[in-house]
Amino acid sequence: MLDFGVVLKNLGFLLVQGFLGLGAFGGGTLALAVPAIALGFLLGIFIGLARLARSPLVRLPAAAYVELFRGVPLVMVIFWMWFVIPQLLRLPIPEYGVALTAFVIFEAAYFGEIVRAGIQSVPRGQVEAAASIGLTRAQAMLWVVLPQALRNMVPSLVTQMIVLFKDTSLASIIGYVDLTKAAQIVNNREIRPFELYLFIALVYWACAYSMSRFARRFEPRPQGA
Amino acid sequence: METRLADGQPPGTSGPRGTVIEFKAVNKWFGCLHVLCDIGLAVQAGEVVVVCGPSGSGKSTLIRCVNGLEPIQSGELHVLGECISRAGADMPLLRSRVGMVFQSFNLFPHMTVLENIMLGPIKVKKASRGEAESAARGLLERVQIPDKASAYPANLSGGQQQRVAIARALAMQPGIMLFDEPTSALDPEMINEVLDVMTDLARDGMTMMVVTHEMGFAKRVADRVVFMDGGQVIEEAPPGAFFAAAQSDRAREFLSKILTH
Repeated sequence: MLDFGVVLKNLGFLLVQGFLGLGAFGGGTLALAVPAIALGFLLGIFIGLARLARSPLVRLPAAAYVELFRGVPLVMVIFWMWFVIPQLLRLPIPEYGVALTAFVIFEAAYFGEIVRAGIQSVPRGQVEAAASIGLTRAQAMLWVVLPQALRNMVPSLVTQMIVLFKDTSLASIIGYVDLTKAAQIVNNREIRPFELYLFIALVYWACAYSMSRFARRFEPRPQGA
Repeated sequence: METRLADGQPPGTSGPRGTVIEFKAVNKWFGCLHVLCDIGLAVQAGEVVVVCGPSGSGKSTLIRCVNGLEPIQSGELHVLGECISRAGADMPLLRSRVGMVFQSFNLFPHMTVLENIMLGPIKVKKASRGEAESAARGLLERVQIPDKASAYPANLSGGQQQRVAIARALAMQPGIMLFDEPTSALDPEMINEVLDVMTDLARDGMTMMVVTHEMGFAKRVADRVVFMDGGQVIEEAPPGAFFAAAQSDRAREFLSKILTH
């Protein structure tokens, strides 16, 4: 028999500790996802711009970065950060630092590709028109190309942000207490896996769905000629 | 036709007098395709030069070289007293003094008409918003669409968009205006509203290089017609002489094709 009483009884721990990260364990899904999305996107903008740079000294390392991190599993990047980096640096890194660094580094590769594609989606004539009134390359990028590119990027960006948001559940494997880990902790005591994991699935789904609804208002509308 | 000169400053005086564009033995290749062969051509201040020729003859490439949108591989190109073909030429500065109008308008779709026109003066000339806006409104009067200031490009007709593009270029008070097939993407009923604006500009003394198939415009407005084919300047002559008695076979063949339908 299903008994969702177990969810109600542990609601505070699951949501306040696991989801928000306000509790004795630190952690928290939102506390990880929000800065990871913001920093990953920021780094991604620079990587996307670097991939389009004229100088191969800038372009090739950016391309290598994208190909490297797109080609390895996220779990492996988290393990690197968790086991290898502390040994190399000879200092321990807390779970939060490990998880955030891993996500930012990994996701920036994907965001970088989205930014690059978005910039390339802006017609060449726009760059020429901007140049022809005397704007420098940087000014043309800032005032003409990026505003149009960002709008074109919205659907792929939101998809990637949702993916990242859900992937934060992987941080539980190094002991970071996010929503998934909180459910595991409760389940170890209560042995109610069906109810607990169904509940956190609903929480993830509700967040992802709200993100996708919220993003729809920023999507480009088809422009009539 | 009443004068459309909105601002008091006489146009065409911002550049130096005398020769303002000079091609000296200019060559350009796209890969192994020789698109400009040994071009020699000079344009005087205040002159209106129409460049015509069959498609693929290099005429668009020719005027795109003038503001450095296309680099040249050999020869010298002087524009408004600067040698722009040397390494390290300040291209943004040059382009702010040379206006360009494109076949496909290339207005910035995320900005209103007014913002399109004000962008260059504000970002490049560091004009204040107030100055830029009053100048932009003056230019919209001049191209006869003052009521479209706050519209977005997507809500304008092709002819209106091209007139905004002309106003955007004029906002930088250029010494030279380049037109790259400005009416080729327009529906026939909108061609004249754009040609009228260009005619007024020519009458006001603007130096213009115009790539176009509008031979009526060339006859009425041009001081000189340059005929190109295969990347070479085949012939240059005043419009009267060119249309009445072109010297080269290729020019006569071209004219017979475009004037007989």
